[in-house]
Amino acid sequence: MAIRHEFFEKNAIFLLVGTLLTVAVGGIVEVIPLFTIETTVEKVQGVRPYSPLELRGRDIYVREGCYLCHSQQIRALRDEVERYGHYSLAAESMYDHPFQWGSKRIGPDLSRVGGKYSSEWHYAHMQNPQALVPESLMPKYAFLAETPLETGDIQARLRTNRMVGVPYTDDQITNASVDLFAQADPNGDPAALMKRYPKANLVAGDGRRVTELDAVVAYLQVLGTMVNFADTSTEKLQQ
Amino acid sequence: MPTKIEKDSVTGTDTTGHVWDGVRELNTPLPKWWLYTFIACIVFALGQMLLYPSVPYGVGYFHGLLGYSQRKSVDKAVAEVTALRGQSLQAIQKASFAEIQADPKLLATAMTAGRIAFAENCQPCHGAGGGGRLGYPALAAGAWIWGGKLPEIQQTLIHGIRSGDPDARDSQMPKFGVDGLLKPEQIGQIAEYVMTLYGTPVPNVDVAPGKALFAENCAACHGLNGEGKREVGAPRLASKVHLNGLSRADVVAQINNPRMGVMPAWNTRLNEATIKSLALYVHAFGGGE
Amino acid sequence: MSDITADAMPMMAHAPARVVVYNERIVKNAVIMAMFWGVVAFTVGVYLALELCWPAFNLGYSFTNFGRLRPVHTSAAIFAFGGTALIGTSFHVVQRTCRTRLFGGDALASFVFWGYQFFIVMAALSYVMGFSQSREYAEPEWYIDIWLTVVWVAYLIVFLGTLMMREEPHIYVANWFYLAFIVTVAMLHIGNNLAIPVSFFGAKSYSAFSGAQDALIQWWYGHNAVGFFLTAGFLGMMYYFIPKAANRPVYSYRLSIVHFWSLIFLYIWAGPHHLHWTALPDWAQTLGMAFSIMLWMPSWGGMINGLMTLSGAWDKLRTDPGLRFSVTAVGFYGMSTFEGPVMSIRDVNALAHYTDWVVGHVHSGALGWVAFISFGAIYYLVPVLWKRTGLFSNKLAAWHYWIATLGIVFYITSLWVAGIMQGLMWRAYDQYGFLQYSFVESVVAVHPYYVIRMVGGLLFLTGALIMVYNLIRTVNSPTTAPAAALRVGA
Ligand code: HEC
Ligand code: HEC
Ligand code: HEC
Ligand code: HEM
Ligand code: HEM
Ligand SMILES: [Ca+2]
Ligand SMILES: [Ca+2]
Ligand SMILES: [Cu+2]
Repeated sequence: MAIRHEFFEKNAIFLLVGTLLTVAVGGIVEVIPLFTIETTVEKVQGVRPYSPLELRGRDIYVREGCYLCHSQQIRALRDEVERYGHYSLAAESMYDHPFQWGSKRIGPDLSRVGGKYSSEWHYAHMQNPQALVPESLMPKYAFLAETPLETGDIQARLRTNRMVGVPYTDDQITNASVDLFAQADPNGDPAALMKRYPKANLVAGDGRRVTELDAVVAYLQVLGTMVNFADTSTEKLQQ
Repeated sequence: MPTKIEKDSVTGTDTTGHVWDGVRELNTPLPKWWLYTFIACIVFALGQMLLYPSVPYGVGYFHGLLGYSQRKSVDKAVAEVTALRGQSLQAIQKASFAEIQADPKLLATAMTAGRIAFAENCQPCHGAGGGGRLGYPALAAGAWIWGGKLPEIQQTLIHGIRSGDPDARDSQMPKFGVDGLLKPEQIGQIAEYVMTLYGTPVPNVDVAPGKALFAENCAACHGLNGEGKREVGAPRLASKVHLNGLSRADVVAQINNPRMGVMPAWNTRLNEATIKSLALYVHAFGGGE
Repeated sequence: MSDITADAMPMMAHAPARVVVYNERIVKNAVIMAMFWGVVAFTVGVYLALELCWPAFNLGYSFTNFGRLRPVHTSAAIFAFGGTALIGTSFHVVQRTCRTRLFGGDALASFVFWGYQFFIVMAALSYVMGFSQSREYAEPEWYIDIWLTVVWVAYLIVFLGTLMMREEPHIYVANWFYLAFIVTVAMLHIGNNLAIPVSFFGAKSYSAFSGAQDALIQWWYGHNAVGFFLTAGFLGMMYYFIPKAANRPVYSYRLSIVHFWSLIFLYIWAGPHHLHWTALPDWAQTLGMAFSIMLWMPSWGGMINGLMTLSGAWDKLRTDPGLRFSVTAVGFYGMSTFEGPVMSIRDVNALAHYTDWVVGHVHSGALGWVAFISFGAIYYLVPVLWKRTGLFSNKLAAWHYWIATLGIVFYITSLWVAGIMQGLMWRAYDQYGFLQYSFVESVVAVHPYYVIRMVGGLLFLTGALIMVYNLIRTVNSPTTAPAAALRVGA
């Protein structure tokens, strides 16, 4: 053994290349098939790209590190399915760049929180969680309600998402800004928005400037609402 | 540097002969227990890979000898627990409220089902024990807006209030201030009258003008004496328990721009038996009718 | 003792004809910065622990809230403290065991060192200002990622070049591990950070991958950040400082070979154990579990080599506080690499995942192994680099040892209890077959354990501050020992 190992031990380049080859195998065998095996992402109806306001909310969710306390992944375990709803599908996060499955639950799973509470509740809760849930460990995010949402680059954001594979249409990109404001204005006409983004939730707005909190609430309200599980079957969901 | 194999005096093992900055190595063989444990782990791991879905290839993967799938297994686990409580849940679903209340065992089941469903879903709005908070009714107080009989509560839970559900309980109090239906001083006067209904009158004011304005604008929904009207979800004002605050300022705010809280519809999230159990649970807070 | 000359006269090579002058400036800088970042990381850790005990400590500002500070802690601990210690010790070790000065000149080495410090400062600032890719342990945005890539390639060049210039016929085992750490981290870093920026002048980018694929790529990275940053790198450290301090030969060369290659081969596969029961397909999960189990013995190979190197020198533990840290570190390493494979078993993970058990496991590795092995190396290095007879106070170092160990015990035992309790509460059913506890009940239940954890962290921080004081006094002590007396008996 000693003699054969001299090959690596006496030549730094061989050691380097040998190491690289050794560490490359596992990744290649595990990652590439996830792109080539078709059942990895289930074929289900309803999953659509995020509306511009939801996408901005998601950016803020990412930025604030909500994933450090909240998972978005209902595991295929009995108690999780009972507590949070149907186990998460790969399809449900297929437009998530990056994914937000999380690795710790200091707070509850959020993958199906959309529609569970009113938007009004979310506004109040985000600004002062302890006022509604005295036991909560969640920080106060009142500053989000005071920060106007940066909207100037919304088209670029959609376009970048398209580059990484989210199927935004030209129509959606052209109207990104219009859709964003439409979703934050409950008194406007949401017809065009709803057509481009079915089931989008209108959030407070009422004509004032759009804040970061509006975007976060719009995002929270869409979580887990896209797939209609009534027309799926266990067989269809086998990966 | 010349390599010189020496014998280590402590262990009696040979060194490999190399020295780096004074550090030498012994040529000790692999510890047997280590090697065997390693092999055992490999065997175990390969066994797992044989039994369960494992090695991927191009467009598919080896499915394993057991035909295991975590999604099938969770379906089975859910089915098992559903079967376990299935009879009682079915019984709850089928029985009338009166029948459930008459059957202690069934009632106990409904109450545990209700307890956890309430804690996970309702408590964030209605507070522990249904104590309520600003904007969210105190379910324990008996001051029902839409009705506190069991079927009424059940109806509220299934479809929600202003939830967007087609059968939701829905009604809108006009935005008297925001929409300019009343002038600010009129709103103030009405509020002063309403404070008398709340039982905390503002001292030394004449409530006659407010009373008149109230009769004209508000009585249609809230009743002439503020007794409320459940058909339109207009709360009883002649009461000490209030949804939207107790002070004159709260009342002014409400007349100016009513809160119009939303209660989600639960039929999309909870099954029928759970909702029924919740109705019983909420009813039992002490405010049930 | 044959190594005294080499050790005592670092300027001189064995071969009298050739004089090698090592670059020690860079190692000294690294020691200073590692201690600095260590204190920062532990302080932020304690602060986070406080926030989890009493959320009012979030203060309501954006830049003090938990979500933004947590990556500051993890990056400061792993990359700033751990990374600086790794760069410093690797430069020290590679020069001495190759008997050559760093390849590429002092300028390149300084670029690596200061470029890396700049990376850390940029990363930390970006988190508090609200830039994050939300990839755990890879949170910096794209422009910082690119900067790190440049610095890291320079690091690889320096290290590899030095190996190639060596005056020893063989490459020492510590350097295999350091090299594997450097090159694999380069691979992981590039793979996991592939993203497209929204604009050239903006910080925001979107990951090139999404959903299940993105999850696996992240944990291919995340798990191997553990495997190559926190394990292989620090094993490199161990392989030099334990035999040096104990003045004993490494226990088994053959074990070194087998455990090195098996460790690096198997580690890469284990990433899916972070994604058990999720929407990652079953087949990948099985591989993650199987390879984690196979990883147990290769991990323990390092522990055996570390501990058995002490045979015949156990008495040194009483006199050398640095060695005591190193050896305890190896013990914790053994513990967390046993715990890890256990947690990788799918049914165990069903309980452990998403709970504080994971955080406890992390810190038995992070505090017990990573920090302790670094403390051991630094306690060894300071007298050597600054040419002092020994530490200012061995007694203070002993205090540090006991306070820190107690802190770790508080930390990990409280989180075992908290984590297992959470896991059990989430899955508990009452007699009628309904869930027994609501989620917030589990939040309330862990509070006392969070307080104990916070106290444990405070103890650990106190120990580190004692160490800083001790090292400063050591450096400032006037006695420059006669060369021959340096580290006698060490
Ligand atoms: C320090 C940990 C922490 C952070 C960071 C955090 N949360 Fe929370 N969150 C909690 C806890 C604990 C709860 C449960 C108690 C409660 O409802 O407040 C919670 C509850 C929630 C809920 C209600 C979920 C439900 O089903 O009841 C939502 C929605 C939520 N958080 C959103 C967010 C968002 C969005 C962010 C980031 C901007 C965030 N949280 C950051 C700890 C956190
Ligand atoms: C998002 C917050 C929210 C959640 C969650 C919520 N509710 Fe409500 N609920 C409300 C609001 C707001 C009202 C009052 C609406 C109104 O009439 O103005 C209400 C009204 C009610 C009423 C009618 C009270 C009356 O006086 O007629 C009942 C009963 C009720 N809730 C029970 C529940 C139960 C049981 C749950 C859990 C399954 C629940 N609620 C969850 C917000 C909520
Ligand atoms: C079309 C029906 C309607 C009319 C007219 C109306 N209200 Fe209301 N009122 C409601 C409803 C429905 C609610 C409960 C909804 C909510 O939470 O805002 C309510 C709630 C209130 C409350 C809060 C009660 C509590 O318990 O906190 C006050 C006070 C009130 N109304 C006063 C008035 C006054 C004064 C007027 C006339 C100027 C008026 N309302 C006219 C329907 C009406
Ligand atoms: C054989 C060795 C090891 C194995 C198999 C292993 C396995 C695991 C497992 C199963 C988890 C939990 C994943 C989850 O459920 O979320 C985990 C988490 C973690 N481990 Fe280990 N572990 C090992 C050694 C170590 C060591 C030595 C460290 C050093 C510090 C370490 C650091 C971590 C970290 C940082 C995490 C948290 C990842 C996250 O953010 O979720 N592990 N490990
Ligand atoms: C005084 C010492 C320390 C304290 C008090 C401390 C505290 C904390 C806290 C409170 C968290 C967040 C846990 C959560 O989200 O629930 C955390 C996470 C973490 N810390 Fe520390 N820490 C300390 C030292 C260290 C050190 C030295 C390292 C690494 C070398 C480290 C690495 C980590 C990692 C990797 C995580 C993320 C764990 C995960 O995601 O699972 N910590 N720490
Ligand atoms: Ca984590
Ligand atoms: Ca990054
Ligand atoms: Cu791992």
